[in-house]
Amino acid sequence: MIQFSTWDILRNLLFAAEWTILLSLVAFVGGGALGLIVLFARTGRSTLLRRVSILYIELIQGTPLLMQLFLSFFGLALMGFDVPPWFAAGLSLTLWTSAFLAEIWRGCVEAIPRGQWEASSSLAMTYFEQMRHVVLPQALRIAVPPTVGFSVQVVKGTALTSIIGFVELSKAATMITNATFQPFLVYGLAALVYFALCWPLSKSSQILERKLNVAHRNH
Amino acid sequence: MSLIAITEVRKRFGDNEVLKGINLDVEAGEVVAIIGKSGSGKSTLLRCINGLETIDGGSIMVAGAHLAPDDAHLRALRLKVGMIFQSFNLFPHLTAGRNVMLSPMVVKKVSAKEAEAEARARMEQVGLGHKFDAYPDELSGGQQQRVAIARALAMQPLALLCDEITSALDPELVNEVLQVVGKLAGEGMTLMMVTHEMRFAREVCDRVVFMHQGRVHEIGPPAEVFANPKTPELQQFLGML
Ligand SMILES: Nc1ncnc2c1ncn2[C@@H]1O[C@H](COP(=O)(O)OP(=O)(O)OP(=O)(O)O)[C@@H](O)[C@H]1O
Ligand SMILES: [Mg+2]
Repeated sequence: MIQFSTWDILRNLLFAAEWTILLSLVAFVGGGALGLIVLFARTGRSTLLRRVSILYIELIQGTPLLMQLFLSFFGLALMGFDVPPWFAAGLSLTLWTSAFLAEIWRGCVEAIPRGQWEASSSLAMTYFEQMRHVVLPQALRIAVPPTVGFSVQVVKGTALTSIIGFVELSKAATMITNATFQPFLVYGLAALVYFALCWPLSKSSQILERKLNVAHRNH
Repeated sequence: MSLIAITEVRKRFGDNEVLKGINLDVEAGEVVAIIGKSGSGKSTLLRCINGLETIDGGSIMVAGAHLAPDDAHLRALRLKVGMIFQSFNLFPHLTAGRNVMLSPMVVKKVSAKEAEAEARARMEQVGLGHKFDAYPDELSGGQQQRVAIARALAMQPLALLCDEITSALDPELVNEVLQVVGKLAGEGMTLMMVTHEMRFAREVCDRVVFMHQGRVHEIGPPAEVFANPKTPELQQFLGML
């Protein structure tokens, strides 16, 4: 049996962590874009779109991410689409992220006083124009801290994709453990890598929140 | 033909019928004050004219066009009628000048240069040319309300609806806003204003509408309405002041 030094283990974990980061980025960017669309549907004037978006958000928030991963991995296979684990992982994390971001952002949009909507309505702006020029610029300011904070959940969420065989940090840790029989060391190091990814994010979320609260004026 | 024709307008919130058949015609260039007790439906009436509330019955016509609740009609209506609110509602993330420029650029697709020229002229008109680059939170309440007026004027409306636009102001700031409105009235702008400023209503308005329990209870030139109120409700209302 081959001997692994601690450095070997760490090196392999760091290599796998690149996939964790990549998957997080895909989920966050894709989920952010989709989340914006869901947000417009959720806060817009069409009752149908509003209902559909509520159903979407509730389905995703009301089921475990693990089930969503299984469904997209095995479900797509059953439907005859043979998808690789990375695709199923990226897809379900993107959908999951979009639902949560849409809901976070809806709170921020609803925090904008009604007078802003009424004033822009009375100036003949359409819903999109109001969102684009009046509401979102103000909502953005309060949305930044919780959005950055949620990115921590996305990073941690990627760990679940190890179950469908996507080789990211957690899956790599399991594989190395099977080869080295040093679970405490390996998982301990993996946890440290997760911490190194997540801590700066949650810290910056806190700092942003404090800064934006102090800088009450947004110009 | 009247600029604003309100016929048998009804509006209810749930079981609460707030407007019970309002009839009111406003001619172009006319200045109409709306007075009445709290809850008599003054704000609701103005909000209906601007399409912020949908009506349950009757009709509202502005410059010959019917008010209908679809987006195209609403937009057309709001291009003709501006509204000023008690709470100013300036956009806090934009400078005063940008507040005035925004809607012409976004809605009317006016170029930035033209919009700026128009905005500077409107800011001059309300006496705030020097505050073009100030943010709303750097302005006093009276100045903010004057910017709101400039912002509405930049859309070149045929009429302005003003809902208690001085009620949120400190007493010493009321006059600067009323002066601007008085000047607009003098220049022939059509105005419908809900107000508690009886002296202003008496001096500037052509007609006074007294609303009571969702109806136009008494209407007439200010001299008549204030000097000989006919109904006990108006007598009581004026006595209360
Ligand atoms: N969005 C709403 N939902 C339910 N009821 C409403 C709504 N807006 C107004 N009302 C009710 O309609 C009635 C008339 O309100 P409105 O604001 O038009 O009165 P007002 O004459 O402007 O009073 P004030 O002088 O206090 O501003 C009140 O009883 C009020 O409670
Ligand atoms: Mg009112």
